Amino acid sequence: CWAALCRRTGGRSSRPRVPGDAVPLALRDETKADDVIFPWFGLDIGGTLVKLVYFEPKDITAEEEEEEVENLKSIRKYLTSNVAYGSTGIRDVHLELKDLTLCGRKGNLHFIRFPTHDMPAFIQMGSEKHFSSLHTTLCATGGGAYKFEQDFRTMGDLQLCKLDELDCLIKGVLYIDSVGFNGRSECYYFENPTDAERCQKLPFNLENPYPLLLVNIGSGVSILAVYSKENYKRVTGTSLGGGTFFGLCCLLTGCSTFEEALEMASHGDSTKVDKLVRDIYGGDYERFGLPGWAVASSFGNMMSKEKRESVSKEDLARATLVTITNNIGSIARMCALNENINRVVFVGNFLRINTISMRLLAYALDYWSKGQLKALFLEHEGYFGAVGALLELLGSA
Amino acid sequence: MDLLTALYSCSEKATYGCKVKGGSLTKLAYYSTVQHKVARVRSFDHSGKDIEHEPLYEISVQEEITARLHFIKFENTYIETCLDFIKDHLVNTETKVIKATGGGAYKFKDLIEKKLGLKVDKEDVMTCLIKGCNFVLKNIPHEVFAYQKDSDTEFRFQTNHPNIFPYLLVNIGSGVSIVKVETEDKFEWIGGSSIGGGTFWGLGALLTKTKKFDELLQLASKGQHTNVDMLVKDVYGGAYQTLGLSGNLIASSFGKSTTADKEFSKEDMAKSLLHMISNDIGQLACLYAKLHNLDKIYFGGFFIRGHPVTMRTITYSINFFSKGEVQALFLRHEGYLGAIGAFLKGAEQDNPNQYSWGENYAGSSGLMSTSPDVFPMQRTRSGTFDMFEMDRLERPLVNLPLLKDPSTYIPDTVDLTDDAMARKYWLTCFEEALDGVAKRAAASQPDSIDASERAEKFRQKYWNKLQTLRQQPFAYGTLTVRSLLDTREHCLNEFNFPDPYSKVKQKENGIALKCFQSVIESLDSLGWEERQFALVKGLLAGNVFDWGAKAVSDVLESEPQFGFEEAKSKLQERPWLEDSYSQWLERLKEGPPHKCALIFADNSGIDIILGVFPFVRELLSRGTEVILACNSGPALNDVTYSESLIVTERIAAMDPVIQSALREEKLLLVQTGSSSPCLDLSRLDKGLAVLVRERETDLVIIEGMGRAIHTNYYAALKCESLKLAVIKNSWLADRLGGKIFSVIFKYEVPCK
Repeated sequence: CWAALCRRTGGRSSRPRVPGDAVPLALRDETKADDVIFPWFGLDIGGTLVKLVYFEPKDITAEEEEEEVENLKSIRKYLTSNVAYGSTGIRDVHLELKDLTLCGRKGNLHFIRFPTHDMPAFIQMGSEKHFSSLHTTLCATGGGAYKFEQDFRTMGDLQLCKLDELDCLIKGVLYIDSVGFNGRSECYYFENPTDAERCQKLPFNLENPYPLLLVNIGSGVSILAVYSKENYKRVTGTSLGGGTFFGLCCLLTGCSTFEEALEMASHGDSTKVDKLVRDIYGGDYERFGLPGWAVASSFGNMMSKEKRESVSKEDLARATLVTITNNIGSIARMCALNENINRVVFVGNFLRINTISMRLLAYALDYWSKGQLKALFLEHEGYFGAVGALLELLGSA
Repeated sequence: MDLLTALYSCSEKATYGCKVKGGSLTKLAYYSTVQHKVARVRSFDHSGKDIEHEPLYEISVQEEITARLHFIKFENTYIETCLDFIKDHLVNTETKVIKATGGGAYKFKDLIEKKLGLKVDKEDVMTCLIKGCNFVLKNIPHEVFAYQKDSDTEFRFQTNHPNIFPYLLVNIGSGVSIVKVETEDKFEWIGGSSIGGGTFWGLGALLTKTKKFDELLQLASKGQHTNVDMLVKDVYGGAYQTLGLSGNLIASSFGKSTTADKEFSKEDMAKSLLHMISNDIGQLACLYAKLHNLDKIYFGGFFIRGHPVTMRTITYSINFFSKGEVQALFLRHEGYLGAIGAFLKGAEQDNPNQYSWGENYAGSSGLMSTSPDVFPMQRTRSGTFDMFEMDRLERPLVNLPLLKDPSTYIPDTVDLTDDAMARKYWLTCFEEALDGVAKRAAASQPDSIDASERAEKFRQKYWNKLQTLRQQPFAYGTLTVRSLLDTREHCLNEFNFPDPYSKVKQKENGIALKCFQSVIESLDSLGWEERQFALVKGLLAGNVFDWGAKAVSDVLESEPQFGFEEAKSKLQERPWLEDSYSQWLERLKEGPPHKCALIFADNSGIDIILGVFPFVRELLSRGTEVILACNSGPALNDVTYSESLIVTERIAAMDPVIQSALREEKLLLVQTGSSSPCLDLSRLDKGLAVLVRERETDLVIIEGMGRAIHTNYYAALKCESLKLAVIKNSWLADRLGGKIFSVIFKYEVPCK
């Protein structure tokens, strides 16, 4: 996927290379921000997706331009002039943060993603094109930072700076929220989430963020209680996450991309697949205060052969989405109650282009908590880990 | 023959046919009065008669009516046959309404109303479930168990806590209901999840094209979830060390199936699904338990019912998410809870909750085998027909107020479910003794024409029970010598042998009474210290007479003249195997007299008359009041309460000390509420408990192998206690490091 980039990167070094140069500059004593060599990357290698943020300096002086090595320049040009890289790499142009000042430099922040299974190709590319000659530190977080560390070293001659994913996630969230989204609010919520007509996405001011429950829905789910910038804990996690939705959809419908799965879900009807309270009690189950529309048993109708034969792939995709989403909502709600926190921020790539889940989460949290809990969302859904990694590189959180 | 006087039914499309051949099960609960024979003793009017040659008292066998609760589980295909049965027996009934709960309540409403001419009254499922749950938790010892994998015994039975509330009930049916139960009548639905048994079944059927729940579980038990799930190590290459998450944890369920071009095996997918659902339920249950500050979670519903696979995964999940702070608990009669509850709802005017109930081991099928692979035949049979019976006990049972910690008290000394060697020995021992017991039973009713036929039926039934227990030691809870003895008594009663030893006891009591005065005279002639020792020896010697132990019954059968003195000479010389006699003597010498002693008597005849009574007399002379507790019903040759009344009356006629003590109510005779040769201090007659409290009892004396060794050897009490026994079983003696007729004399003082 990175073939185009590879072909155009050359290799000429401008500074002597320090062996084992993997400590983030921020950790060194006398570091100044402008010592940080371009390119500035932050990498988050998750179970399914690799998230890459790239800072494109827009204030490059003529002198700098002159000094800039060939392959560095080609990286910059390549990344910023394309929106897709190979068949699987994608730049989320709509998320780009413009005119950002970072470590005294002005520029744009780009958000790029590609599947984790292309990671070996990515490293291979870096190796073939002597990425290591750029002498930049590559800060990476996510499980893949550990899993692929050896490959980076042996194949790419690159020493990764491994960073904890939860540290990076929180740093990234707080930073992006503080700089805002090109003048708009990064954080938002849904008003009237179940009412298609009246449902409205509204900005939310997260100026005073603490305490908050941060629910990161990637392949799996991690739930963090954040009390301050430094003080947070992982409350729990669940293996029923984005990977489960996508994995089950692949098995049940034969789809092959997340987008396809979501598209199917948007056309399906989960109530054909799920057994609702009203299917059992004919209406509300008053003894327990359960509304008739509530799902009593996810996939419960599929116990019957006739019903299995009468549902569509779209119905199954929708039911899978609803099941996973409701479950995450339910666990998040219980954690919020146990931790006594009433703001729940949902992030992670499961929510990308996934309005169904976001509205469902917003509604479920509001309904079951009788209005006590608020579901919040962030525009840069899955990129906070990568942003955090970049910030670590720059030492300027 | 059971006479049905009331009938309440619970028809439940309970298990979605998870047991057998897709057939649904109906559970039916009914209440009957059972007419059975009991042995009664009655004092003769001795005035002007030749006492020397008359028996001490009259024994008669009478019909008694007791209440019994029956629970039957059968396949819905048999419902018509069953309803016919009920109709045939539904005579003289005032019942006009039948209580039903569950999906089947709708389904069979018309059929039941038509067949029986009764109105079907539907009851709320969850209310019934919780009523039933409270009922079994209160009335059945060893109802609750924890599942443990990789262990000889899959089930670890729990001691009944005197206070069962509050608890969390997680019912995993097609969805999950989480209910917090605070008191008998107060419960609250605090949450639930739509990811439950229906999700496993429905999603499983879609993924594997396997239609049946049981088959899905079978598939799951053969699969490898790591082929389908994304593990932490798949993401990290190893463990996530910062958080201490093991590499083998599941990071994303079905995270590896995010591809259209790979085939996954049915087994692997089913396994992954099972883990996903079990973990999710466990996690939510833990979150709810934490929020409501509860540490007891009982799991039920068809997802759990009798399926070790799901018990294992749920247990794992609870351990993981609660970090061991919460225990996943399961119920032996889980499948009957709804039926029991529906019954209780219907029987509210009779208030069944005011009584104590006991599981009838003779009539109950017991917990079915756990592994789907090990005993397929029995599983199939159990799915078709399963029974559970509870007898209403004459009197309410409570804890002995002197138990140090009722919540940790375990009556039994050896857990035979756990101890395979001991289990093998005792099962064989009971098998070998069985012919003799059957013979004695037949001989005890020489005037009955069908006695030998019934004795043979008894033999067969108990033999079958023993065989079942060899295979499934956990069938009735923790297997113990006590449960083996109790089961034998229940089986004897079942075939109308209420008291096979009645005549033996009568004879022995007569013989012993004749020796009473000379024994007292010789004791009175001794100095104080000598007398104390002689009293203890007498108590121990009396204990040698025990028809329950094979070694002694051999001697007794061949040497009927085997006397009291001879018994004393058989006793081990001091130091005894367990010997704190010196401390006891010291206590008597130095300490103030005890306020009140509670004595649990053992055998009839020499034991009670020549062993216990002289001891009682000495205590009374010291100024100590005595509560003498005897069994309510017969068991082996143990002295019963009614026998003790007659015996005491006769002794009082000979002995002024006893006579005045009775008159002044310093000697009190009570019944234990039990009909077991062993002693469960957590289930004693309420009257006894009240008296113990009133009289400020500060000494408890427990004698005999059944009460002081098989049970209560390790029982900790709040007051001083004496446990005395002679070991009459060579295997047990061996185990305890002694020989046959070794003496246990255990005097314990609670630490301050």
